Amino acid sequence: MNSPPILFALDALTGALFLLTAIGVVATRQVLASLQLFILQSALLTLSAILLGLAEDSVHLFAVAAITIATKTLLIPWLLRRTVNAEVYRTREIERVLNIPSSLLITAVLIVLAYVVASPLLNAVGVPFAQINLPLGIAAMFLGAFTIAVRREAVPQLLGLLAVENGVFFAGVAIVPNLPVIAELAAAVDVPVVALVVGMLTRRIHARLGTTAVGQLASLREE
Amino acid sequence: MELAGILIAPLLASGFSLLPCGRRFAPPVTLLASVAALALAVSVALEAAATGHVAASGEWLTCDGLGALVLVLVALVGFTAALFSWGYIGESVKHGRQKSTRLYYTLYNLFVLSMLAVPLLANVALMWIAVELTTLISAFLVGFEDTPEALEAAWKYVVLTTLGAVLALLGFLILYWGSRVAGLEPFTWQGLVEAAPRMPPALLWPAFLFILVGFGTKVGLVPMHTWLPDAHSQAPASICALLSGVETTTVLYVILRLFPVIGGAPGLDARPWFVGFGLISVAVATLLLIYVRDFKRMFAFSTVEHMGIILVAAGLGGAGAHLGAAYQITGHAIAKSFCFFAAGVTVLTVGTQEIAAVRGLARTSPIAAAALLIGGFAIAGAPPFAIFVSELVIFKAGLAGGQYAVIAILAALVVIAFCAVMLHINRMVFGAGAQDGKRAAALPRSCKLTLVLAVIPLVIIGLYVPAPLQELLKAAAAAMGG
Repeated sequence: MNSPPILFALDALTGALFLLTAIGVVATRQVLASLQLFILQSALLTLSAILLGLAEDSVHLFAVAAITIATKTLLIPWLLRRTVNAEVYRTREIERVLNIPSSLLITAVLIVLAYVVASPLLNAVGVPFAQINLPLGIAAMFLGAFTIAVRREAVPQLLGLLAVENGVFFAGVAIVPNLPVIAELAAAVDVPVVALVVGMLTRRIHARLGTTAVGQLASLREE
Repeated sequence: MELAGILIAPLLASGFSLLPCGRRFAPPVTLLASVAALALAVSVALEAAATGHVAASGEWLTCDGLGALVLVLVALVGFTAALFSWGYIGESVKHGRQKSTRLYYTLYNLFVLSMLAVPLLANVALMWIAVELTTLISAFLVGFEDTPEALEAAWKYVVLTTLGAVLALLGFLILYWGSRVAGLEPFTWQGLVEAAPRMPPALLWPAFLFILVGFGTKVGLVPMHTWLPDAHSQAPASICALLSGVETTTVLYVILRLFPVIGGAPGLDARPWFVGFGLISVAVATLLLIYVRDFKRMFAFSTVEHMGIILVAAGLGGAGAHLGAAYQITGHAIAKSFCFFAAGVTVLTVGTQEIAAVRGLARTSPIAAAALLIGGFAIAGAPPFAIFVSELVIFKAGLAGGQYAVIAILAALVVIAFCAVMLHINRMVFGAGAQDGKRAAALPRSCKLTLVLAVIPLVIIGLYVPAPLQELLKAAAAAMGG
């Protein structure tokens, strides 16, 4: 596998931007801005899949790119706008579980941790593109999970969840470039369904409780 | 053909439930489909018990001993819960909410379908999708009662278990990577067991950990269990029976499938992780069982406890412990679903889930009281019920294997949990209290019938294990690598 160095360099750049969008989702206050960052992140995932598809000469990766662009940059934002009330998008989170500087500090720790987790795998099996995509994908995954923990609004929590999924696929395109087509299609169905289910749940919570600050729901617990 | 039929029956029923024929149409259709699925599942299980393996419909569907055991349990609870739903859901959506009844049954059938698919799908990637669908489909069933608490529970359920499933997805992708390195083409459990010795351990091990933590979230292993008592206490009782009785089991089944894969790789040992996670889950659940204030939450914590026990049993290793694990899985699914039917009947009678608010149930509603008592004894592990026997089998196997400390801790926790559960139930059933003189509401006939039908297997498998079931349990234990 002798991939042109230009593709490698471009993928590294894509990966860096991909990670930046993940950090952005942690740090943004505006709900709408989180959504836009997610769309950007999905576009970068698409770009990485195309670059790897060119390098590995894999049709599967072009399929992944097509599916990602269709579902994550078009279908999901549309679904979310349809299901969740417009006023939710204008919400600005004043209260967070952690303030932004502390969040960013933890973000840095998580990124280092992602490299620690990924390095034994990379040492065991040498795949050039995995050197970029695996640790960055895992980092984006950790950051998405962290987003879910610190955000209180429903839509940013959902976007955190989808960012975790993006991270897994970002790693996935490098480590399994020939994923069976059936799995691609299934993933293409799964992700919009997640968005739809969570979006509809958000709408019901909004209708029933008048708020989407799901982080404050805490009536169920042991005293 | 039978394997495909098991999936087609609930799919058809789900389609029919959507038809706008009034709310009297969907329940019998669902019940009919669940009977058909159960009959097919039993025949598949008999074949699997006799031959060890059933394959059908090309390469897509397959079923071995462990798969058949889970399949039968899902189909059985799918049937009893369908019967229970008829009266229970009819009672809770009495006033003209036809649409929500139809929605309930449509989702109910799809939920059962997704759980039946997990042990049947040969391809591991597709199986992951089936597990993920169980969450997404059941989200609205958890929030069905539309109270703020139910919506809160549904939110936590979807977000946390989906997060877990995505972590597990990375695990499966790494597993696929490893299997490609080892030169394996079809991505099946059978293939993975065969390819495991050739896979790089540096890939296999992180894959295992990602899947254990990711799917462990959905099984309710501590410390990823926080959503479970909420979802399993706020859903309608019929759905709780499915969630607690079999949904956890189907996901645990996937984790157990990994056991022989890791066992086949040189230098890797999953057993301490199974035993560790299991013991922590049992310990925390036992503690929470003492302090619990809501009786549906009590049964939910008991699920966490039992998942822990099964995991410990699997981690002890050896044919004896694995047989105990398979028996415990069976006993738990049957007893826990019965417990939630009993809890549902109690809720219909007294209108509350609070333990402290229910006193002297034996006088106001003998049926609910008897059901709670039987369910409590069965799930806590009193003789002559199956869980008593399976726990003894596990203890015996552990002692024979020289795991004295693990068994001592496990036995002590099981005894404490037994006392906690029985103490709460004793107060509810016999305690002197405020409810004297109040007439209990009449129970729907289908709920009473469910209790009668569900108690039959509960008693039978404790007293004696029929020969085919014995064979099936052995085949299941063998599939765990025991």
